[in-house]
Amino acid sequence: MKKYKWLIPTLYIIFLMLPIYWLINMSFKTTTEIINTYSLWPREFTTENYVKIFTDSTWYMGYVNSITYTVFNTVISVAAALPAAYAFSRYKFLGDKHLFFWLLTNRMAPPAVFALPFFQFYSSVNLFDTHIAVALSHCLFNIPLAVWILEGFMSAVPKELDETAYVDGYSFNRFFFKIFIPTIAAGIGITMFFCFMFSWVELLLAKTLTATEAKPIAATMTRTASTSGYELGLLAAAGSLTIIPGAIVIYFVRNYIAKGFAMGRV
Amino acid sequence: MNKTINQKAWFFVVPVFVLVAFNAAIPLMTVVNYSFQETFGNNVFAWEGTRWFKQILLSERFHDALGRQIAFTFIILLIQIPLGIGIALTMPKKGWGVPVCLILMSMPLLIPWNVVGAMWNIFALPDIGFLGYSLNAIGFDFNFTQQPGDAWFTTILMDVWHWTSLVVLLSYAGLNSIQPAYYQAAEIDGASRWATFRYIELPKMKKVLTLAILLRFMDSFMIYTEPFVLTGGGPGNATAFLSIDLVKMALGQFDLGPAAAMSLIYFFIVLLVCWVFYSLMMKNEVKS
Repeated sequence: MKKYKWLIPTLYIIFLMLPIYWLINMSFKTTTEIINTYSLWPREFTTENYVKIFTDSTWYMGYVNSITYTVFNTVISVAAALPAAYAFSRYKFLGDKHLFFWLLTNRMAPPAVFALPFFQFYSSVNLFDTHIAVALSHCLFNIPLAVWILEGFMSAVPKELDETAYVDGYSFNRFFFKIFIPTIAAGIGITMFFCFMFSWVELLLAKTLTATEAKPIAATMTRTASTSGYELGLLAAAGSLTIIPGAIVIYFVRNYIAKGFAMGRV
Repeated sequence: MNKTINQKAWFFVVPVFVLVAFNAAIPLMTVVNYSFQETFGNNVFAWEGTRWFKQILLSERFHDALGRQIAFTFIILLIQIPLGIGIALTMPKKGWGVPVCLILMSMPLLIPWNVVGAMWNIFALPDIGFLGYSLNAIGFDFNFTQQPGDAWFTTILMDVWHWTSLVVLLSYAGLNSIQPAYYQAAEIDGASRWATFRYIELPKMKKVLTLAILLRFMDSFMIYTEPFVLTGGGPGNATAFLSIDLVKMALGQFDLGPAAAMSLIYFFIVLLVCWVFYSLMMKNEVKS
């Protein structure tokens, strides 16, 4: 029994990799080959799909747009969540528990509920089709998330650290930026990872709030799939490329990821 | 930690409060507004009272979508939770296998949701997809774009592929927090593998598992993008879950009143279930 224990995770990983392999396999095929033949690997190997993506601005700008609003959102979420998480972890104040639960309820709201009002709201303040609109709308679920994770990490730091610093004559700001933030650097890293992740994978709001200027890559893909017939090779290549940023950030947080998931995801 | 009472702490919370209120309260009020009114365009509104709510609650369309949604979420939880625990139990605890497993297993979680849908669409197509082709080759008449049963099978398999890793990672984190002393004690007592799992590992994982169930409930109940890209809610309405039906009503048919009423009912259901879970979680935390 024990000897064959590795079999289960291995089979699971193979199951996970199969669709990804199929996507990459497709991305190196020509459209005619995809439609006419079934093959486990590309017979006529081509990089034409990737060349098209990197030379056509409607395609590569999709990546630039996605990364832009994702980064904006990560910065806004973490910057706003840091002081709030500190307050929740250190102080008691009027309505703190209710506020905390209220924040969490926003993580529970189905994005579909918000799609229409967001569209009208951001149009009325002239932010429609801008990166900042998408970044702000993703704050809806990323800020509660960031507060929740950071609060967990901050509560693990003993309060004596704060008190000693004040006795040593540190002002609050100096303490917060010089001592406290470096202490919870790992927590901030994980928080940024999760904010990045959820902003990166979300499509419904990003698609609703953009038309051309800030259109995310994911939305560019749906357009191609529906209008110009099925350019499956191109679609597969674009899809394969969206896996890369995720793979890069996972690599950086690999040692913390299990713990981070346990503390963070709400 | 004993916290100091400090009302000035509100200043720290203000940025978060403003940003989230800006994003949540204003749109939510818009939805509430629509749900009680009839609109004729040009910003002309007429008060309708609870008419839309009654209409939605009594409509067969809503019942069907809700039924499909509950069935989907139930099946997902039934598969993913035991499978996730099983995989976490068999994962290596140290050595090179750990980062390899963690990185590869996290991959599906970081793929944009519509790419997940598109990927499974290509993967399951009966003529050129690996899954569809293989199933047909071994004698199944598989076509997820035509047959409702196959569409369900593909959607569920896709969700298992997409999210089981979350349960695995959470369970794994829970297992890792168990002190080796517990296992040694179990071994001395001659506990069977099942007894070790039942009386040591499962209780220790209770907290993360509650979290896992909560998260999987929430996310599967709100699922939109993946089935939308994979099946578009079809064939017919076979896989039109709540979100898909809602977006169809709001942005497709522009039935703003009923759509808003449906949004609120939908949100209320999710909130209610989550609140029950949250209270249970907090109760456990106080106890332990």
